[in-house]
Amino acid sequence: MATIHLSVNGHTHTVDTDPQTSLLTTLREYLDLTGSKYGCGEGQCGACTVLIDGKAQRSCITRVGSLAGRPITTIEGLALGDHLHPVQQAFLDEGAMQCAYCTSGMIMSAVALLQKTPTPSKRAIIDFMDGNICRCGTYSRIIRAIQKAAKMTQSPVAKGSDQ
Amino acid sequence: MSAKTTIATPMEPERYELRAAASYRFDLDRRDFFKFLGAGVIVVSVLKPAAIAQESGGGRRQGESLPQEIDAWLHIGEKGKVTVFTGKVEVGQNIRTSLSQAVSEELHVPVEQIELVMGDTQLTPFDMGTFGSRTTPTMNLQLRKVAAAARTILIGLAAAQWNAQTEHLVAENGKVTDPQNNRSSDYAALTKGQRLLQTLPAEGSLIPAAEWKVAGQSIPKVNGRDFVTGKHRYPSDQTLPDMLYGKVLRPAAFDATLVSVDTQQAEQMVERNWHGSATVVRDGNFVGVVAPTSQAASAALAAIHAEWKSEPQISNQGLFDYLRKDAAQGRDPSGDGDHYETGSVDQALASADHHLKRTYTVAYIAHVPLEPRAALAKWDGDQLTVWTGTQRPFGVRGQLAEAFHMPEDQVRVLMPDTGSGYGGKHTGETAIEAARLARAAKRPVKVVWTREEEFAWAYFRPAGVMDVTSGVRNDGTIVAWEFHNYNSGSAGIRTYYEIPNQRIVFHEVHSPLRQGSYRALAATANHFARESHMDELAHAVKMDPLEFRLKNLKNERLRAVFEAAAKQFGWGKSKGSGQGFGMGGGYEKLGNIATFAEVKVDQRSREVMVVRVISAFECGAIVNPDGLRNQIEGSNVMGLGGALFEAIEFENGKILNGRLSQYRVPRFTDLPALETLLLDRKDIPSVGAGECPMIGLAPAIANAIFDACGVRLRALPLVPNGLKIN
Repeated sequence: MATIHLSVNGHTHTVDTDPQTSLLTTLREYLDLTGSKYGCGEGQCGACTVLIDGKAQRSCITRVGSLAGRPITTIEGLALGDHLHPVQQAFLDEGAMQCAYCTSGMIMSAVALLQKTPTPSKRAIIDFMDGNICRCGTYSRIIRAIQKAAKMTQSPVAKGSDQ
Repeated sequence: MSAKTTIATPMEPERYELRAAASYRFDLDRRDFFKFLGAGVIVVSVLKPAAIAQESGGGRRQGESLPQEIDAWLHIGEKGKVTVFTGKVEVGQNIRTSLSQAVSEELHVPVEQIELVMGDTQLTPFDMGTFGSRTTPTMNLQLRKVAAAARTILIGLAAAQWNAQTEHLVAENGKVTDPQNNRSSDYAALTKGQRLLQTLPAEGSLIPAAEWKVAGQSIPKVNGRDFVTGKHRYPSDQTLPDMLYGKVLRPAAFDATLVSVDTQQAEQMVERNWHGSATVVRDGNFVGVVAPTSQAASAALAAIHAEWKSEPQISNQGLFDYLRKDAAQGRDPSGDGDHYETGSVDQALASADHHLKRTYTVAYIAHVPLEPRAALAKWDGDQLTVWTGTQRPFGVRGQLAEAFHMPEDQVRVLMPDTGSGYGGKHTGETAIEAARLARAAKRPVKVVWTREEEFAWAYFRPAGVMDVTSGVRNDGTIVAWEFHNYNSGSAGIRTYYEIPNQRIVFHEVHSPLRQGSYRALAATANHFARESHMDELAHAVKMDPLEFRLKNLKNERLRAVFEAAAKQFGWGKSKGSGQGFGMGGGYEKLGNIATFAEVKVDQRSREVMVVRVISAFECGAIVNPDGLRNQIEGSNVMGLGGALFEAIEFENGKILNGRLSQYRVPRFTDLPALETLLLDRKDIPSVGAGECPMIGLAPAIANAIFDACGVRLRALPLVPNGLKIN
């Protein structure tokens, strides 16, 4: 057991746990942040995706012991108060979900993609998102949502607003 | 508790469940309604006797209280809030939205003012379950009637208050208005102090689909914001104070018996590390642990040493021979008919110009709902409450009552909107496990299956063999059709082509794997065989496959979807090298689908790529066009897996590829260009769309592969070997 200081969504949390514990388990069971989902436990489905140092990571295969002090963003930390992140808004606008269990992982991956590549081609979106599974099959809508979010963030009018 | 903690799932359970006796439990009487919901107006929907027989299994319990065959009710409170109670559940098919639209349309209140309470066995009326594409044709219609009746009551209240005639008043936007006298009153004011309860009148006029304003529109998911912010709590996200995490010991193989189990090390571990907050539970074959974290529970479980004994079992090598050999002249009394015969097949075969005898197969596949089974259970004395993800909350309540030898009214099952089901969540395994562990721990316990558990201990879509023998004349008229399905099921087994001589038989087989419902059920297998065979017959008589189908098809609705899809696809256009076009379609769950596929087969690598898929679908009057498109696109994407590469591999009672790194499901890179045509028939009652759109895809792809390279593939999945044609 170890005491680990985690920086999640801008807040510091202190958890006493085995450093080998996965970040996903820590988020869900210790911090009650259940927006990140379990889907496979082996980094294959992307439902558990969070941002660590701004990069998309599979929290189910990331050990919490390596994360002390590194900024972690989960789906719960994406909106600014009532103002949704453009990617969240675009998913709503495009109806890019059915059961939506994959949605938080999809959104977190898309946020990471757009941070790195603000105007990705369709091919780049498909390749980057290929590690995220949607069993309901809403892939084409998710692609449209990411394209829309890219436009929103690029548009000077929308920049900095909730849209 | 009995050692057998799971209830065996019969094949295609919903078809059996249509006949299963329902346990009506509805303990609220008229006064309870108002005590529970508060003052206002309540309209209660009671199924007609004919509908009851179909929906709930028949039977009527007469008594002092309200009729027992209630399927929904609606309450308008003193503040104007509308609450609708239905036993249907949300697993991603978006019925929370489409049912809200139905109520909004008839009651004339904005969708945002409507709350749906769904799938809570204490608060909602009995419902058999959410499957079989039944919500739209039954519950949507029923809620429209309920809302229309509530609107009539509200207008009546306003008329009484103003001493006006009802026909001069109109309901709109949450208000009743008297345009002639320029006065209006909102629903909140009208319901204030009222305690009006009405059962749904037998006759009531509904707004025709052609005049719909809210229904028929693409309303976004009503609680979508909760999903994009991570706020929604799925079953696996539920927590309670003092909750523990449970894990259950799994047998080494299916049907294995426990020879010996040593829990000493686990008990010592529990005692040493989590004293007082962890425990090991042993009850017959059931062995489980609870601990303060899931990790601790897994560690304790791993410290249990068990020895299992199992008999040699059928493996997927040799499966299809087994299914054919072991087939009884099966009875599937509730399917589309286990044996249908008309004319004389043998004579017609003898006189036909061409015969064709072919065998088609489908593999077992897994549902892989992204949220695995999960349940949180809590005991208060002898009262049990369970939150779980299931398409049959009332069925799970029954399973819990049976497992714990208790009356159903001491069990409450709640179903938070769940991370999908696809027919795979009809059973209550985790509910029973969590409840057993919670009873031992005397604290709430949550059980969430791992992906590996979900693969191995849920159930599969049945594998099957289809033998088809047919006879056709030179002019393309099919004269004989003999169709045998072994094990996969009878859904969609009957042909919609006009054939004078038919013999169609479903053979039930003892399945080596636990099998059950799946989106579209056996209709996928039966359509794959039928529509592939139609393509083979067309080539046998050298006719265009579309022309050949239309020559043998009278059903106007089905013709319409084939013709619409063909036009959009550009059927008949010339093709390039390695390119192939194919179609498949049919009729299932009251909907009509035609799917056209374009594939490309790489001539050197023999790799198949599905380039473009066009589906034309007709399900009567459309309730939510965007939601419907989403279902059709989703069916085609999910269907790609079963068509191209999904197959469960198993040997001697063990699943060999039960992880997502081993079992391939469709991903972004598999996505073809999808086009969807909706045929809106406002003159035909709305039916469901969660299943039918799936059935045309596999034969369309198989037929397109043949068109591209002349190789006829008759087994699903078609190209499991890295998409390569062997």
